[in-house]
Amino acid sequence: MREVAIVSFSQSRHVRRDTRNEVEILMPVVHEVVERSGVARPFDFTCSGSTDFLQGQPFAFVMALDAAGAWPPIAESHVEMDGAWALYEAWVKLQSGEADTALVYAFGKSSPGDLPEVLSRQLDPYVLAPLWPDAVSLAALQARAWLEQKGRSERELAEVVVRSRRAARANPHALLSGDLEVEKLLAEPYLAAPLRRHDAPPICDGAAAVVLAAGDVARRVCKRPAWIRGIDHRVEAHALGARDLTASPSTRIAGERAGVGRGAVDVAELHAPFSHQEWILREALGLGAGVDVNPSGGALCANPMMVAGLIRIGEAARRISDGTARRAVAHATSGPCLQQNLVCVLEGA
Amino acid sequence: MKAPITEVDGVLSAPHVLEYPYRRSVGPVLSRFFSALRERKILGVRTRGGRVLVPPSEADPETGTAVTDDFPEVGPGGVVTTWSWVSRPREKQPLAHPFAWALIRLDGADTALLHAVDAGDIDSMRTGMRVRPRWRAEAAGEIGDITCFEPERAGGAR
Amino acid sequence: MSDSDDAKPVKSIKTPMRLAYQYTAGQATSRYLRGIGQGRILGQRCPSCKKVYVPPRGSCPRCAVATTEEVQLSDKGTVTTFAIVRVPSENISVPLPFASVHILLDGADIPFFSVVQGCPLDQVRIGMRVRAEWVPREELAPTATSIRWFVPIDEPDVPFEKLEAAL
Repeated sequence: MREVAIVSFSQSRHVRRDTRNEVEILMPVVHEVVERSGVARPFDFTCSGSTDFLQGQPFAFVMALDAAGAWPPIAESHVEMDGAWALYEAWVKLQSGEADTALVYAFGKSSPGDLPEVLSRQLDPYVLAPLWPDAVSLAALQARAWLEQKGRSERELAEVVVRSRRAARANPHALLSGDLEVEKLLAEPYLAAPLRRHDAPPICDGAAAVVLAAGDVARRVCKRPAWIRGIDHRVEAHALGARDLTASPSTRIAGERAGVGRGAVDVAELHAPFSHQEWILREALGLGAGVDVNPSGGALCANPMMVAGLIRIGEAARRISDGTARRAVAHATSGPCLQQNLVCVLEGA
Repeated sequence: MKAPITEVDGVLSAPHVLEYPYRRSVGPVLSRFFSALRERKILGVRTRGGRVLVPPSEADPETGTAVTDDFPEVGPGGVVTTWSWVSRPREKQPLAHPFAWALIRLDGADTALLHAVDAGDIDSMRTGMRVRPRWRAEAAGEIGDITCFEPERAGGAR
Repeated sequence: MSDSDDAKPVKSIKTPMRLAYQYTAGQATSRYLRGIGQGRILGQRCPSCKKVYVPPRGSCPRCAVATTEEVQLSDKGTVTTFAIVRVPSENISVPLPFASVHILLDGADIPFFSVVQGCPLDQVRIGMRVRAEWVPREELAPTATSIRWFVPIDEPDVPFEKLEAAL
């Protein structure tokens, strides 16, 4: 396997509603990641993650290409998915030897539409989408199954929220942060029982970008590259009633294939938009109590759609590069109730 | 028709509707399912391994192999395996008053169907409760032929 | 709603989709539309390559830098390419058939998309000089439809060599 590393990462300050267009949001982020990377343009490969349905505009992703600069013509690809999967495609390209450097970016403007309604369009179009179930209700189905079948408590959900918001106080890009109390959270009304509003992610607009480089290029431009030692993604059946919603088998398999268990994990950035999902992911990845989970605050504090998974990888990479962690795990998810999951293992040496 | 233009943070804003009519061909497996719904029957499909999938799908999600040609009738009643409460229904959802979404394992099925349950109030919902379908007056051969499910007790929810 | 009667198996289902958005135009487009509302066409110039883009998007697609310098453009221009449209579609505001055109406005470096009216279709040609026809002053609003279409003007055609760079 060819050595590929993340050599820089950048993200916007995530806000509830950003009235700039997608290029205006993305361009400063791309400029920053390129400048920080030390890699000169043009990149051998460019890959982006976003979905046109968020803005309600077909080919919105093509218009965002202005931010990357497509002249002279570039080798470019796009996934209608979280940027974490754009990173995976770029990683594959570098593995093939066809590229030594890649620019990966992602953006999502959820504010123009009704996000739960928009997300319902990703469901089975024959038997599920016509009922228009919203994403929060579906997550709540999973939360209740986990609480009841695993004998867990709503208190454990609140504890995840308290820890996440507190950690986000050190994250200038996060939308939500602060000092909350478990008892006060448990006294709040349900949003979609058994989930409360704070158990669900904030809706926000944002962008992020990462630069990948192979072997010697990475060593030349970066003092401490975050080497991708393993990366894998798996997807489960789309029928919710045919899945085990309480255990995330796809995360477990992806984690095994990525080699999570091959060494001690210092930091794990887990893409858990709902509080109960952090518990499910921890257990699927076999992460013990000593792992620092979501020091960024995680998706509960900022969840720009199509970006939050790439941000988890970037945040984990940053902590490798600044020496905070020797070995980190990053995870990204897509689809209802953790249907599809990507796991990435990063090491500093 | 002119869309009303407003201003948000110094930037122009206007409403925009994305609308597509879509007609989807259902294929032979779902054709059996929807044709049976039109007759107020719910069918599953048996996998090679013997499990009954509801709603039916073309392949066994566990093995990837094609399913058999056996479409046993399931339900009409079943058990709620998990649920969540909708206190403020959205316009396009099955009911206009508060209701539950639930995964329902119909009698004879090995997988659960997702649908709405008209329980009346959140305290009437319980994992393990039995529910039965409430059929729409006019059958059309689509999932909406089941308006929702209701508790399987005398008289139903209301 | 299925497409068969009771005896025939269901072959298809209707699954209409309607999603409502509140679209925000972004900073550059808002400035452009406000200009249109005042009867002016505004472009933006790239600080690096100096090209002028219209409608402006706040960025240069070649240099990947932000564009902030505003340039007022003429509402006269030259047709750089065209297509005669005969296929009906929703939201077309002029009768079929009509000439759909790219127009290089005087002062701009990329063509602007519009429609030509007031000219027999077989006279629409590359190099033809045209000018915008606006709605009456009292109807001007920050929307693209403030420009109804373009009409030919009595100026000599521009030779192709002078248009090549913008194609």
